[in-house]
Amino acid sequence: MFSWCTDPNAIDGLAWLSCYLTTGKHLSIYVSVGTVLLLLAITAPVALAFGFGGAMAARSHFPPLSWLGKAYIAIVRGVPDIAFFLFFVIALDQFFEWIRHEVKCPDWDQPIRQGNDFVVCPEAKLPLSTAAQWVHETYGFSLAVLTFSIVFGAFAANVLFGAMRAVPRAQLETAEAYGMSRRQTFWRILVPQMWVYALPGLSNLWMVLIKATPLLFLLGVEDIVYWARELGGAKTAKFTDYPHPDWRMWYFLALLVFYLAFTRVSEIVLDRIMKRLTHGQATMGGEAQRKAS
Amino acid sequence: MSCWETIADYGLRSIGIGERLLPRDNFTLCQQVTLIGSGMLWNIYFGVVALVTGFFLATALALGKASKITPVRKLAEWVIFVFRGSPLFIQFFFAYFLFLSLKSVSPAFDPLTSAWLGAALVLFLNTAAYTGEIFYGALLSVPRGDVEAADAYGFSGWPRFRRIVWPTMLRLAWPAYTNEAIFLFHATTLVFFSGFPAWQQRGDALYYANYFADKTFNPFVPYPILAGFFILLTLCVVGVFGLINKRLNRHLPKERRQKMRMRPRLLMR
Repeated sequence: MFSWCTDPNAIDGLAWLSCYLTTGKHLSIYVSVGTVLLLLAITAPVALAFGFGGAMAARSHFPPLSWLGKAYIAIVRGVPDIAFFLFFVIALDQFFEWIRHEVKCPDWDQPIRQGNDFVVCPEAKLPLSTAAQWVHETYGFSLAVLTFSIVFGAFAANVLFGAMRAVPRAQLETAEAYGMSRRQTFWRILVPQMWVYALPGLSNLWMVLIKATPLLFLLGVEDIVYWARELGGAKTAKFTDYPHPDWRMWYFLALLVFYLAFTRVSEIVLDRIMKRLTHGQATMGGEAQRKAS
Repeated sequence: MSCWETIADYGLRSIGIGERLLPRDNFTLCQQVTLIGSGMLWNIYFGVVALVTGFFLATALALGKASKITPVRKLAEWVIFVFRGSPLFIQFFFAYFLFLSLKSVSPAFDPLTSAWLGAALVLFLNTAAYTGEIFYGALLSVPRGDVEAADAYGFSGWPRFRRIVWPTMLRLAWPAYTNEAIFLFHATTLVFFSGFPAWQQRGDALYYANYFADKTFNPFVPYPILAGFFILLTLCVVGVFGLINKRLNRHLPKERRQKMRMRPRLLMR
């Protein structure tokens, strides 16, 4: 990377470290930080959409839909989230392949599950065995995003469902008195007002989501945990210009600090947003702000 | 092989009693249920140990965070911040590799690298931090009247804390603490996926469920079994905590008793 890095054996101290930390493999760990941020950036809105759908379903007056929504909310509570992650990654993959199998190979006569194997016709494989490496990686990443969104959507649904019920009943009654239909009341009165009630729960959820990102490692994505294990392991002079003993402890310490900083910054930002949103609201928080100023 | 034989062989497999070899193919439903259930022993062990020991440290942390002595308060705040602000998964990894390097310093640290002690220690500190924050919030909302009444009766120092403040704090914190306990049991599934080795394939419930899912490539059997076990465990936790809640609230008139709120406040790691 730097001009002084040509002979790693001749340098030491900070210069050595600066060379060591900019090797090609280390660049991959910095890129994987980007993977984590990308996952957060995609998952957060998608999970919110899932959650909104779930909360709307749970509020529905059509019983089966409402049961479905409530079951979706309830199930993630009783079962460890990591079990869901491990389950959905395989289940979604097989589900997609099965659908493609049904569409593309209608005259395939063998069963799909043969003993311990899951067999679909070659054209239905996802991604195709001839596909490039980046397709495989992108597919794995999208599966991970979808899995995260389903699990966190359930938590978001729970938060939004509570927030919708927290909007004062009088507001909705006023809307009805003005002759608004149920749909109008929902979109014009309930939805704009529920966010301030939902925000504490949603910011909590954001923290939880940040702290769940290392689980990407378990879903087979080459994320920061993967690279920390890879780069930290003991290296001998035979394979690298930068031999070192087992440094995995320090790599994970760095990850720990990274996550601490990330959650701390989020906390501060979310606090600011909360202050903004409570401004002028008919809640205890808003009242306290009014008195203070 | 009948199901009873399977239970006799594999019922305690996770703690090393019974048949050594795991089944390799032609898995029956009975084998899957038995082995995953046997793995639950580890989840229960980790959860109970962390809860019982963490409870005391959590009380200390809550008091520390409310303390007027600056160094004590700062220390408690930092412990709570570090363990609540970072992912448990990373904490496990860091702790495991830390214990590995300690091991090379002195053999006295040997047991820390195995899950039964090392992971339990991490879970203990983690749950203590989360619970400490809950207890701290409850401590701040202990009604002033209670403390003033205690003063009027001549309570002070330790007796006042032990007889008046502490029970009220627990009473106020209990619903949130129940949630924490549920999520702690869920968090125990991370242990064997985070560096800590499952010695002789003695793993927890998720370890075995994952084993079956890998071998059969069919997630639709082992994971629902695991889910069933965990829902049972969650119901047990809720039941036990509900009984304690009842006892903590027994002096209150009926309508003022705090109902256990079953809506979760997220505490997941």
